Parts: sequence; structure tokens; C-alpha cells
Amino acid sequence: MQRNRLLSHTRVFLTALLASLCAAASAAPEDTMAQRMRACTACHDNQGRQGSDAYYPRIAGKPYEYLYNQLRNFRDGRRQYPLMAGLLHEMSDEYMLEIAHYFAALDVPYAKRGGGTLAPEQAARARKLVESGDESRRLPGCAACHGDALMGVQPAVPGLLGLPTDYIRAQLGAWHSGTRKAASPDCMAEIAQSLTSEEISIVSAWLSSQPVPADAKPAPRATREAPMECGSVLDAQKGER
Amino acid sequence: MRVIKRALGVLGVLICVAVILLVWRNFRDEDAHPSAVADFAQEEFIARGAYLARVGHCAGCHTARGGAPYAGGYGVQTPFGTVYASNLTPDPETGIGDWTSDDFWRALHNGRSKDGRFLYPAFPYPNYTQVTREDADAIYAYLRSLEPVHAPNQAHSLRFPYRTQFALGVWRALYFAPGVYEPDDAQSDEWNRGAYLVKGLGHCSACHAGRNTLGASHEQLDGGPLPVQGWYAPSLQSAREAGVAHWEPERIVALLRDGVTAGASVIGPMAEVVHGSTQYYSEADLNAMAAYLKTLPMDDPPPANFDPVRRSHYARGERIYADHCADCHGEQGEGVRGMYPALADNRAVTLDTPTNVVSAVLRGGFPPTTAGNPRPFGMPPYATLLSDEDIAAVVSYIRNAWGNQASSVTAWEVQRHGRGVRGR
Repeated sequence: MQRNRLLSHTRVFLTALLASLCAAASAAPEDTMAQRMRACTACHDNQGRQGSDAYYPRIAGKPYEYLYNQLRNFRDGRRQYPLMAGLLHEMSDEYMLEIAHYFAALDVPYAKRGGGTLAPEQAARARKLVESGDESRRLPGCAACHGDALMGVQPAVPGLLGLPTDYIRAQLGAWHSGTRKAASPDCMAEIAQSLTSEEISIVSAWLSSQPVPADAKPAPRATREAPMECGSVLDAQKGER
Repeated sequence: MRVIKRALGVLGVLICVAVILLVWRNFRDEDAHPSAVADFAQEEFIARGAYLARVGHCAGCHTARGGAPYAGGYGVQTPFGTVYASNLTPDPETGIGDWTSDDFWRALHNGRSKDGRFLYPAFPYPNYTQVTREDADAIYAYLRSLEPVHAPNQAHSLRFPYRTQFALGVWRALYFAPGVYEPDDAQSDEWNRGAYLVKGLGHCSACHAGRNTLGASHEQLDGGPLPVQGWYAPSLQSAREAGVAHWEPERIVALLRDGVTAGASVIGPMAEVVHGSTQYYSEADLNAMAAYLKTLPMDDPPPANFDPVRRSHYARGERIYADHCADCHGEQGEGVRGMYPALADNRAVTLDTPTNVVSAVLRGGFPPTTAGNPRPFGMPPYATLLSDEDIAAVVSYIRNAWGNQASSVTAWEVQRHGRGVRGR
């Protein structure tokens, strides 16, 4: 009897020990990309997030070549954000490409978000700029490159929906003033520089107010001829990664 | 009257002597090492130069971020202002296209440019002066083989009086002595090769030695603050800091080659050095460096006195640690081998100055990608994720948990570091 109790105690103890060991083992960091990328996802969570100093956009599901270009742009000083530059300073192109593929392959539905509000007249002008541009100024519409659904085009053109007004405005503003650059010829710099600051504001507000289908994805390929030459797109065609 | 005259006379003599000394000290040891190279275009010689340029990490400064390699333009920030690295490509107008090997040698060995001007020691010629003429010629041959890039040099932006050649001349007279490394016959060839690399091209003392108020360093690798960068280069002569006398040579080699080894990884400016330079060292040169570093005289100053960490500060740090750090660094600060460094019994955590651990938490980062560690695990930059108070508490906690013992950190110190990190 005594011995039986001892045995059953031991068994309970051993089971508990095993269970806790298993729990500890499953919680331990694994040798995966997701684990490696916790340095990124602490800020860039699945839906994008307003941080104390900047907006950290969602990177899940963006075209991989676009992400790869941005990683290199931060490292090489074409985009200015010291914390990103510091993280990437000692990183190889190969690893950046793997990181870009990892985030591009994440399939996360878009959450609903509220956008800016515009007067009907402003909304109409913004919509025209986005959809067809302004021929009199030889200004192409956003949709010409970013896709009719504005969700980007594989492999190098990013989507424009699902982002907050301030973030879009900051990017266009940075291109306008020359602090954000892309591979040459820098088509976005040319476009942003020909926009007035009022146009940048209304286009940003309009884009951010558009609903995003939960399953929205970048278009697999361009359906019309690009109106301008863009270095980052040309690089992607050359590289064929 | 006579007294004044005599005093003026003495003063005149003193000035004359000072000027003679100044001139003599600045122009010593020139033209004493003629080149023995007949063909600078020889492929093997160029390849050797390419290797030595990597050993010296020349591109680390002579390449602007995202710019053409060796075309200059990177600003080295110093407490005296910014010194811009020059264009080393063979462009005749803006680079070193019309430099002879003698001109290049004089820059490397004597710190004087082709036009005769004194060079700023942000270019570490107090180290490079130890390099042999043959090695200098090989680097010259390599640089000549590069594609010329037209990129005008940017003028330095230094405060008065540091921007004057006279001040630089005085500095050189006081602190700079040209001289090629002289092997120590009592030591092995391997040890001498290591010493040559550490003191010369490797220019380890440029960071790992303390500097005086005029920015002059000495040869002891006893630790040096890098105030502008926000890091501290730990002493290689202290078992409490980064001394390696008690390490297996293989561990030293692995750290310099891969950026990580059992119980240690490189961060901050040293990650840059591994990424741009030491990962490319030959196995023989790494072994030589390890052999030399192991024999550095150990000199352990007693630990600094500090007040024990406040209990509430510690408790707050413990909570933050559990929420943000323990997943990777372990509940007991034990880390995960091959992924995340242990924090318990980690010298980088308990250095007297908390500079590096605060910087690491603020900036996060990835160890450098190297052949031995091509897909490193990273850490988020907590500068924007946690408040200064929280970072101070968690750093104080890890400096005092699990048997660690070091001073606690205040939010003010974190804020001071954070200014350079957040950038806005």
C-alpha cells in the first residue's frame, strides 16, 4: 500500500516534470525565419502601427522586390530613418532578399481602418489624380503603375491602400523634398516634385479613405505599359530573382 | 630695460628651438623607404593589395553610405568636428590618379598628402605608419586597379583651432612618430604577424585605446570611449572587460571571423569591423592575431564602486524583462546557444560603463552577416518601444540579476544616449 502510493506519487511527479519540460521546450525559440524576424515584427505588426516617433507600415504581403529595394534603400541611405539604417548596416543582400521573400509570402487579411475625410470637390480631384493623373502636366495617375486596384503589382510596385494619411503624405513629402530616394531613374521623385503640397494632402487622404478588401493582394503582373521609367522596376526585371 | 631685452632674447631662442623642433618632428623619416616594386599592374600583387585593403578596413571610411566603393565622402565624426574621407579611386582630378607610389607611401607612413598638407589622424596613420613599404605598395597597386570615379573631396568641417595646419603640426610634433613595425626576435613569427596586424593595418587602438583631450591615443588596448558614436570599445587587457588571455584561440578566431562565438557576439562598431574587415582575414592571419591578443599584458583595475540598485527600480525592470526579453534571452538570462547571447555572466552587460548595454537596448540590431553566420537572429530597437524609465529599469535589472553585479542606470542616462539614436 505504502509502496503503491509512493509509486503513484512518483508517477504524478514524473508526468508533471515531463509536461513542464515539454512546455519549456515548446516555448523555446526555434530556428525559424519568424523567430529571426522578431527584430522587425516588434514594430511592423501585421496591420501597421503608429509608434511614438513614426508610423511603422504593414509589410506582410507586399511585393518582395519592393521590400528588398526598401531594405537596401534604408541601408544605403536612400531612405532616412536611423533605427532602420542601424538594424541593416551590417546585413548582406542575400539575407535581405530572404527577409523580403519571407514577409512577401505572409498572407494576412487586411483589417478595416477609417481614413481621412475630404470635401466632395477635393475627393473628386484626388480621385482623378489617382486614377488618370493630369495629362496637361504629363502626370500619370497612380493606377498606371500601382495597378487598377491600387494594391500594387508584382514584383516591385507596392500597394497604396491600407495605409494612414500621415504615412502616405510623409512619403510623398520626403520624395518632394529629396530626402527619400529610389533607384535611378527615380520616377516617384519626379512625380512627387510635380505635385503641389495641397495635391499631396488630398491624394494621401483619398487613398487612406478607400476600403481595402480583406483578401487584397498585389496584381501578379502589369496590365498596361508603364508611363515612365522607374529604376526599381528596371532593376527587378534585370535581376529576375 | 636690460632684463626685458634679455627675456625677449631668451624667448626668441625658445621660439626658434620650438619651430625647429616642430619642423623636424613633422618631417622625420621621409624618403627612407624606397619602393622595390617594378610592376604595379601584376595581378597577384593587386590581389594581395585587395586583401590588405580589407585587412585595413579602408572602405569602412572611404566609401559613403550606398556610394561607389573607395570614392570617399563618408564623414568621420570626431569631438573636433567632421573629417570627410577622400576619394581613393584613380580618378586623376578628384582621386589619386596622379599619385605615385611614393606619394601614397608618404600619406600612409608620414600622414602627409601629395600636396604636402598634414592629414588628420582620423585617418589612422599613427597605426598605418607601422605598415611595411611592400604592403603599402600592394594597396596602392590595388587602388590603381579600381574603376576611376569622379567624386570631388568634401572639405572637412572642423572647429577652430583644430582646422588649421599649424594646430595639426603641433599635434603631430607632440603625438606622432613615424616608424615601421619592428619584429620582436624573442617572439614567434606568428606572434609578430599578429602584433603587426593589430598595431598596423588592423588599427585596433584607434578604438580600443583611450584618448587624451587632444584626441591622441596610445598603444595600450585598455579600452576607449567612442562618445560621438555612443559606444565604448572595451579593454582587451582586462579579464572583466574584453580581454581574451583565458580564451581558446579558436574562440577568438570565431568571433572575428563569424561575429559570434560561444558566449560572445559583436555589436555596434565592432559589428561593422567584422562585417567589413575581419571576416575576410585569412585563417593564418586570424590565428596570428589571436596569438598576439592572448599575450597582451592583463591589467585589471578594481571594479568601480556603486550603490546597490533600488528595489522598486529592480522590480520594475524584472517585470519588463519578463514581458520583452525573457522569450529570447531566457528567464535566467541564459540565452539560447547559436541564437541569442546569454546575459547572465556576460561581460558586455556588466562593464563599469553601461554605455554599450544601453545602446544595444535602444538600437537593437543584427549581428553582422558573415559566411559563418549568414542568417543572424535580431533584436528590435527598443528606443521607440519602451520609455527611458523602462529601459533604465530593465538595464539595471539585467546588470544585477542572476549573479551579475554592476551599477544601476538612470532614465537620464538613457535619454542622453537616446538623443543620438532616435534621430528626431
